[in-house]
Amino acid sequence: MKQIISLIQAGIVFGTVILFGATGETLTEKSGNLNLGVPGIMYLGGIAGLIGVFFYEMNTPVPNKLVCIAIALLCAFIVSMLGGLLFSLLTITLRANQNVTGLTLTIFAGGFANFFGGSLNKLAGGVGQISVAVTSAAFRTTIPGLSNALGSIGQILFSYGFMVYLAIAIAVALAWYINNTSVGLNLRAVGENPATADAAGIHVTKYKYLATCIGAGISGLGGLYYVMDYMKGTWDSDGGIERLGWLAVALVIFSSWKPKRGIWGSYLFGVLSWLYFYLPGLTRRSMELFKMLPYLVTVIVLIVVSLRHSRDNQPPTSLGLPYFREER
Amino acid sequence: MTKQKKEPLVRISKRTSGLPTWKAWGIRVAALAASLVVCALVIYAIVKMNPLKVYGAMFEGAFGTNKRIWVTIRDTMMLLCIAIGLAPAFKMRFWNIGAEGQILVGGIASAACMIYLSKTVTTLPLMLLMLALSIVAGAIWGFIPGLFKAKWNTNETLFTLMMNYIAIQMCAYFVALWENPFGSNTVGVINPQTRIGWFPKLLGQDYMLNVIIVLTLTVGMFIYLRYSKQGYEIAVVGESENTARYAAINVRKVIMRTMAISGAVCGIAGFLAVSGASHTISVSTAGGRGFTAIIVAWLAKFNTFVMILISALLIFLDKGSIEIASRYNLSNHVSNMLTGIILFFILGSEFFINYQVKFHHGSKREARA
Repeated sequence: MKQIISLIQAGIVFGTVILFGATGETLTEKSGNLNLGVPGIMYLGGIAGLIGVFFYEMNTPVPNKLVCIAIALLCAFIVSMLGGLLFSLLTITLRANQNVTGLTLTIFAGGFANFFGGSLNKLAGGVGQISVAVTSAAFRTTIPGLSNALGSIGQILFSYGFMVYLAIAIAVALAWYINNTSVGLNLRAVGENPATADAAGIHVTKYKYLATCIGAGISGLGGLYYVMDYMKGTWDSDGGIERLGWLAVALVIFSSWKPKRGIWGSYLFGVLSWLYFYLPGLTRRSMELFKMLPYLVTVIVLIVVSLRHSRDNQPPTSLGLPYFREER
Repeated sequence: MTKQKKEPLVRISKRTSGLPTWKAWGIRVAALAASLVVCALVIYAIVKMNPLKVYGAMFEGAFGTNKRIWVTIRDTMMLLCIAIGLAPAFKMRFWNIGAEGQILVGGIASAACMIYLSKTVTTLPLMLLMLALSIVAGAIWGFIPGLFKAKWNTNETLFTLMMNYIAIQMCAYFVALWENPFGSNTVGVINPQTRIGWFPKLLGQDYMLNVIIVLTLTVGMFIYLRYSKQGYEIAVVGESENTARYAAINVRKVIMRTMAISGAVCGIAGFLAVSGASHTISVSTAGGRGFTAIIVAWLAKFNTFVMILISALLIFLDKGSIEIASRYNLSNHVSNMLTGIILFFILGSEFFINYQVKFHHGSKREARA
């Protein structure tokens, strides 16, 4: 029982990272932009938040926890949005290929983040690894009382930092926004058929820019959560964010562009990813094979989705296609 | 829409007749120069190194000694090989993001031969067997997503991407299986004494065989894509599947065949990486080069000879920035950052080659009727 609870907890923490990434990417893809730069944007969010609080903690004798959180969130969101802006500029205005631009963004941001993650402390005159203990602790503060009060249910539901709930809230809000507001309807129209949307007087370029930038901001929070909670305020240069970023891209398809489905999907991915750790009797070798599970499941989902062809589960029709008014 | 619209400041139109070649290349070179300036400024901002000296130091890092020159050549050949493998897939507009995995399975096949057959098979047949098996392994890895794309239109971008991670975990499994010494979780150099399965020296150079293999592939793929019937079919499918169908091209067959070829060449890259370069295998044997090669292939517009230039440029940058990073004892991930900057510039410059931009200087003409 204790093992199962611990597996679920690990799964939810893991899932939250990719839930942020996938929610942001869902918003982006609804506008018809396929941004393969999600891993890069998550890198940007993670490193920006880390750098922001690193300087704050370094220059303040007694850092205020709330300020720490605010700085981290702001830095992560803004810098990730800049990543989205760069992508938008290249693909929407300069009409570069979306896939190639996304991959370039991932290469660039991965280099950028790992470089500063690995060298920042040295550049600032310190020794060893970066660590932002105060901020990380603030991010990992659980709701007082609840996590212990309700026994195992309390442990499963309430033993996380606030960003786990923020991720759920954003996903639910996005689902509502896409399905129940007129702006959301316009956004979907842009993603389905930009020429028609354009003819109906919707400002296609504006929608694409905004959806991509805000989507990138949300994705970037996944990177921040990874750094602050999963890595406990240090930098991991093993490419952990990149793996999770690609899983986030896969999760968008798994959830068939429905943010709410992404919530349980992400936790399922998380549990599958950690399963090897909790199964008894695995050797180091067979563990490696078990770590394939989330990727295998994604492949199977991809195949099943393509076999079923149900109208509900299809991507936005113009996904990945450029739209130029002059070329209609 | 009652608001009267002002004439937009900039008007963009597609160039009807393509730019003359020299102008197009002029724009590319200008973009490249601008990106190199930005890179120098970035390096200056980080380490306060004189921007003019930056490229001197980078040159030193890439070509400073005879050994460095050959390592630069070896890595250029490796990147080039992968890009050559990706070219047919991308020309067909099949987004093969799975080169990493295809390289790894090729590498695993080569390493397996080196480990299990080093005592029973003599050198030449062993090398041929390694080549054959890595081709088969890579081809299978590429064929699987191709099959599903052809039959059920399964999204190939994510399929090939996931195949990367499946290959990485498979590789991690074999690394744990073959680890040497026990408990190190690395394979270590295979056959360090006997050098069985290593590329032999040719003309006194360790990496001459790499060069010969990859340049052969460069010419071969160029001819295949431009002058063969299959190459033509790939181009037609890439332009429009419907056109291909009208022309009685079997689109499914072309997709599956092309992906097998693409995977096979990437498998050879794995063979080069294991047998011709590192003589070991690890999960980072592909090391992100499968992604970089996509951009090499794309920017070269699938012209394998142009790929040589782009690969060389990127590897020069890579070696150079690692040199600078190590001089200042900084993380060598800086090379990916600089690579990204350069690629952004080149990607952006394509716009000015394909489109015409006209500025309106304050002349407020009447709004369109």
